Formats: sequence, structure tokens, C-alpha cells
Amino acid sequence: MNMPPESGNSRAAADRSPAVRRAKNRLFHWLSVAVACCSVGVLLTLLTVIGLRGFRHLDLGFLTSAPSRHAAEAGMGPAIWGSVWICLTCTLCALPIGVGTAIFLEEYRPVSVVGRKIFGLIQLNITNLAGVPSIVYGILGLTVFVQWFGVAGHANEPLFTIGQKWYDSFIDETGQALLVRVSGRDAPEVSVSESLEYRSESGRPATVQVTPEAEIAPVRTAIDTFAETLTDALSDVIEPGSNLSAEATAGLVIDALRTVALPTDDRPHAAMVDRWASLAMQASGQTGRDYRRAMRAVKTAVYTEMSKAALPNVLSAKAAATRTDRKAFYYVQIPFGRGVLAGGLTLMLVVLPVLIVSAQEALRGVPSSLRQGSLALGATRWQTIYRMTLPAAIPGIMTGAILSISRAIGEAAPILIIAGIVFIRFTPHHLMDEFTAMPLQIFDWAGRPQEDFHDVAAAGILVLLGVLLTFNATAVLLRHKYQRGNQ
Amino acid sequence: MTTIGSAIPGTGRRHRPVERMIELLLVVCALVSAVTTGLIIAVLSVETVHFFAADEVSVVDFLTGLEWNPLLGAEKHFGIWPLVCGTLLVTVVAMAIAIPFGLLTALYLSEYAAPNVRAILKPVLEVLAGVPTVVYGFFALTVITPILQKLYSGFEVYNVTSAGLAVGIMCLPIVCSISEDSFRAVPSRLREGAYGIGATRFDVSVKIVMPAALSGIVAASLLAIARAVGETMIVALAAGNLARLTLNPTGQAQTMTAYVVQIFLGDASNFGPEYYSSYAVAASLFVMTLILTLIGHRVRVRFREEYE
Repeated sequence: MNMPPESGNSRAAADRSPAVRRAKNRLFHWLSVAVACCSVGVLLTLLTVIGLRGFRHLDLGFLTSAPSRHAAEAGMGPAIWGSVWICLTCTLCALPIGVGTAIFLEEYRPVSVVGRKIFGLIQLNITNLAGVPSIVYGILGLTVFVQWFGVAGHANEPLFTIGQKWYDSFIDETGQALLVRVSGRDAPEVSVSESLEYRSESGRPATVQVTPEAEIAPVRTAIDTFAETLTDALSDVIEPGSNLSAEATAGLVIDALRTVALPTDDRPHAAMVDRWASLAMQASGQTGRDYRRAMRAVKTAVYTEMSKAALPNVLSAKAAATRTDRKAFYYVQIPFGRGVLAGGLTLMLVVLPVLIVSAQEALRGVPSSLRQGSLALGATRWQTIYRMTLPAAIPGIMTGAILSISRAIGEAAPILIIAGIVFIRFTPHHLMDEFTAMPLQIFDWAGRPQEDFHDVAAAGILVLLGVLLTFNATAVLLRHKYQRGNQ
Repeated sequence: MTTIGSAIPGTGRRHRPVERMIELLLVVCALVSAVTTGLIIAVLSVETVHFFAADEVSVVDFLTGLEWNPLLGAEKHFGIWPLVCGTLLVTVVAMAIAIPFGLLTALYLSEYAAPNVRAILKPVLEVLAGVPTVVYGFFALTVITPILQKLYSGFEVYNVTSAGLAVGIMCLPIVCSISEDSFRAVPSRLREGAYGIGATRFDVSVKIVMPAALSGIVAASLLAIARAVGETMIVALAAGNLARLTLNPTGQAQTMTAYVVQIFLGDASNFGPEYYSSYAVAASLFVMTLILTLIGHRVRVRFREEYE
């Protein structure tokens, strides 16, 4: 370090020797170095601790699996997808509004005193918004987006929906759910005395012939009787307490089935018996040596199979209908409820001030000669902005946008208010679906008393920091390219 | 908005319809931020009025009461001072770290550091500034607290010092970057003059640069305080949930933000006064940070203009 020349004969230093002052200078220098090293040390400690604690949990399974009550199985798949959904929503809303505001503030600057005053106020307002604690935005989002001030009904009973279909769900004889389309939430219950269009759980549409209870009853009795006979036969062949292997049990069961089923004349189909046999094999394979469970499993399997064969496409008139709904991917409701859209819009409010200021700086960086040249050639103001100013400012705007998005990814407080800590095993399906996000999941894990979950939280933090680092690196690269391109 | 069109002479008067529409769209965009501020103020004040309309609470009790006990016990107390006390305690600990360390680092960066040191230190500070606060909360809980407990066994699992230290680390880059800006804005002729009469770097830093950039230092500190007051995740994780009027930094305390989180995470099941109290707390928080940000911004603008 080359020091500036020092002289001892200035009046200010007359009472202190140059040696003392130089010593002070050196001391101060080393103090600053130590302090500066502190921040490097803190960052290194943070990364080391989190890396050491988290890396054991970090694998592909952790990235894809759902959260769990057991630390070893916990993953952040839904949290990652939730973050993707809300940050995409946030970006898609914030980018046009933010850049629009920046263009308005930079390119449409008024000359009149009143206009300038207004612009100054808007600018001051944006500065203030940047300083508002993010949790206040959470409260705002809760009132405005989640509840719509309470004027549009409750989130569970929305005033307005698109993309929602209502069904009456019946359980048929085989235990499968049948969905019969109804007109709305409050439509009268479907009566089961007629032929109905239905949709099975797998989504396959079909027509169902509803059979009155009186006609179903004898068939059901027949099946019940058969099942009783079967149970008796099974009790005969398998002795209680016998310690047989799974294969041996299955063999006995099949024999019993053949003896019981084949002589009865009303359904003596060899193919059906074979099918029962394989079901019985599966059932006893699963239950192993516990013959009671094996018998019960076989009985259930056969019973289901027989019901399917005897009563195809029959809705039991006894089964009560439950009203359920299915939501399409474009499902929208008002109010939004604690869903992706409310979360994304709230994040938008959080990042907008940052985004606007950075976009303004990017626009300010565009040389005014470009604008003047374009205007002089007769372009209108918007043509000038759209074809000259904006393309020149795009790299700067992109850098700011990426940094804002990375802020949105890490932001937890407002999302915490909007979504709460919820146990979610699925990724969102539509914009109103409830969600969790990476910082929320980390907050949940870190707040638990068990040490194991702290390791899981560390792994989650590693993922989060990895994503943020990628974003920041992209921003730095963009800035570099931009600066070089400008020279 | 008719004045806006006339900024560049000749283009203002002959708008095509498309131009008009785009201008309108841009105005709408700019209005979003204005509407946001309006809505924040409206929502907070309406719900705060709602809160004060309840029988158990009065404005005077809220502003002067020394007991905050909205959830447990037969008699509810809504005196905000315990929460303010917790917030201030965390902020004081945080600023005890962030301001001296941040200023020294900024001074080192602008006056002492060689370019290659700067090339390391700057990105480190940028990364520290970009770390999500929930990560700092985890750091406070799992690293700082155990270290503190090793140093002095009186520290509770949730304590103010640990949370404050983490908030301080979070605020350090803010203090550093704003004050470094102001140090760099000090004209070099001042420095050169001092060097010319034989000052050391220390003399220049402490007696020339720092006094000249005082407004920048003040602005940096105020903005950092505003951030610390509004910080949520760190205190929610590491500072505990016990609202009490105490200056003991080894025990737990509840800050205003932590209380809001506690309410909205479902500790208040009904829509009684304890639910609406969170809006009153948030309103107080908003006013506090608004004042700090406004003053900080004013001071910052002034130092920018000082040497231009």
C-alpha cells in the first residue's frame, strides 16, 4: 500500500508526532480489514454450516417428494412448484406494470410546474413503498386479493366462478365413485330412477342404468349366500392356526374356490373361477401366513368381482349422493381465496417499487441522442420508445427484473400471511389452488423443535440459495454483456 | 394529465388514437403504485378503527398500556409498549452490529481497499444482501444461539440478542452500500487538500470524509433501522413469542411483526379484538417505518445534492 507523503510540520499535527499518527493509521487500517473480513467470515460460516447440515438430505428424491411427518422422507417438491407458480404469476403481472410505470415516469416527464410536482409525488411514493415492511403487503394482499374486502362473498362460497363443474357422486356396487353432472352447487339432488350420464373416477364417460333397490336386493342376497358358502369351504380346507407358506395357502384357497364355485349352476364359468383364483393368490400373497386375513382378503376380492359381474353399471339407489366439484386448469373465482393468484399479486406489490426504480435507471442510461434522432425523423413518441429507447434499455431492465424475481423467490413474510403454513402434497392445478412455497417450507421446518428437521431445513435452504445464485449470476452476466456492448 | 403531452414540443398535439391509448395504459400502470399506497392506508385504518370500536380496547390504553396480553387469561390487555419494546430491543442489537461494522466496511471500501480486495468484498456483500431473511432466521436459531449459549449459559433458546445479531448481519450490506455511495460522493479535492497538508489516510477518513458524508451516514442508518423494525422472518424464528416489557437481551421478546405473524398463522381463531389488534399493530409499524423512510430519503437526497 503506498501511503501519501506525510509531513510533520502542519499545524493540525503539531502536537502529535508523525509516528503516532502513522501508527493510528495502521491500526485503523487493520481494524477495517478485520471488520471487512468479518462479513466474509459470516458468509463462509453460513454457507459451511448450511452445506454441512443439508447436503445429506439433498438428492433427487428431496427435490421431488412431498413434505412428510418423518424428517427422513420429507421433500420440497410441492414447495418448489408452488414457488414457480407464484413467481411466474408475480413476474407476468409485475413486469408490464413496472416497466410501464418506469416509461411513464422517465419518458413522459412534464414541463409544467404542477406536472412536475405530481411526478415528484409519484416518485416519492414509490420510494416509500420500497420501505414498507413486506408483512404489511401481506396484510394488504389478504384483504384485497384473498377476501376482496369481503364484498364478494367468502372464499369458500365465491360470488363468481369460471371453470368449475359440479357433480353428484354415487358409490356403485363395486365401490367405484360415479359422478353425475349437475347444473350447479345448489341444483336439486339427482334422482336415481332413470338412465343417467355418468363419469367414472378415471374420467371415462358411460351411461348407467339405474336399477331400483327391489331388483338389486335378490342379486345381492345371492352373492351374499355364495360368499358365505365360500367362507365355510375355506374354513374347512385351512385349519385355524396352521402355519402354511403363502403359496400353500393360496393353493388351498384355489382348491376351495374350485369346489365351491364350479358346482353352483347360476355362475359356473371356469374363466371366472380362474380370475378369482388369481385374485385369491394375490390376496394371500399379500397377507402371508395369517390365514384369517387371507380369508378375509379372498372374500372381499371375490365379492367385488362377483358384484361387478352380476350388477354391471348399476347405481345403488341406497347410496346417498354427495355434491362434489371438479375444477379446470383455467378455474377462476372471485374472491381469489388463499391461492396462487393472491400470492403472486401480493409478491408483485412487494417487488414493484424495486422493479420500477431499476427500470427507470435503465431508461435513464439510454443516451438522449437516440431519442432526439428518432423524434427528429418524425417518429411519434411511442414509436421512439418502442423502437429506440426500450430495446436499448432492455438489458438493464432485464437485470433489474431478475434481481426483483430473486427477491420474490426468497420473500416469506407476505406469503406466510396469504397462504399460512399448510401441509400440501400436490402441486397447484389452477390459479386459485392453495400452495406452499420454498421459504414457507423452510420456515416450517426450521421452526420445529426436532433437530432432524433442522437438517431438512438446511437442505431446503441449499436448494433456495442455489436457485437465487443462478438468478444473480444471470443478472451479473447480463450486466457484463450490457456494459461491454455499451462501450 | 394534459400537461404531460407537451414535454417534447411538436409531438404533444397530434396524437394518434394508438398513442393516446398507450399513454392511458401507462398512466394506469403508474397509478398502481399510488393505489397501493392508498389501499394500505385505507385497509389499515379501517381495520384499526374496527379494533378500537371493541369494548375492551381504547386508544389511550393501546398507546400507553404496559401490558400486552390479547390471547391468554381472562382479562385481555392491549398496551402496545411491550411489543414496541421487543422491536426496539432487536433493532438496538442489530444496529450495534450493522452501523459500526457497515460504516467501517464502507470506509475501508472507499478509502483503503485495493481494487482486487474490492472485487472480493463487493460480491460478498451483494450475496449477503440477497440472502433471504428466512435463511438468516435459521442461521440465528441454529448457529448464533448455540454460540451465545456457550459463551453465557443464561441465554434462552429464543432470545433477543441472537435475532438482533442476525438482523444486524442482514442490515450490514444496506448500511455499507448507502454510506459507501455517500463517501464516494465526497469530492476528491477535499481529500487531496488534506493529503497535501500531510494527513494520513486515517485522518482523511475520519476527519474529512466522514464529516462531509454525515448526511449519507444518517440516511443509511435510518433506512437500516426501518428495515430492522419491519423485519419479520428472523424474529419470528429466533426471538420468541412472549410479549413483555423488558430490557433483558438474554430472554425472549415479541416484536410487532412477530405478533402479526402469530395472529395470522391462526392463534386467534375468532374475529374478536385480538384478530383486529394485529391490524392496529401493523398500522403502528407502517407509521414507524414510513417516518423513518421519509426522513432517510430526505437526508439522502440532500447529501446527493450537496456536492453537485
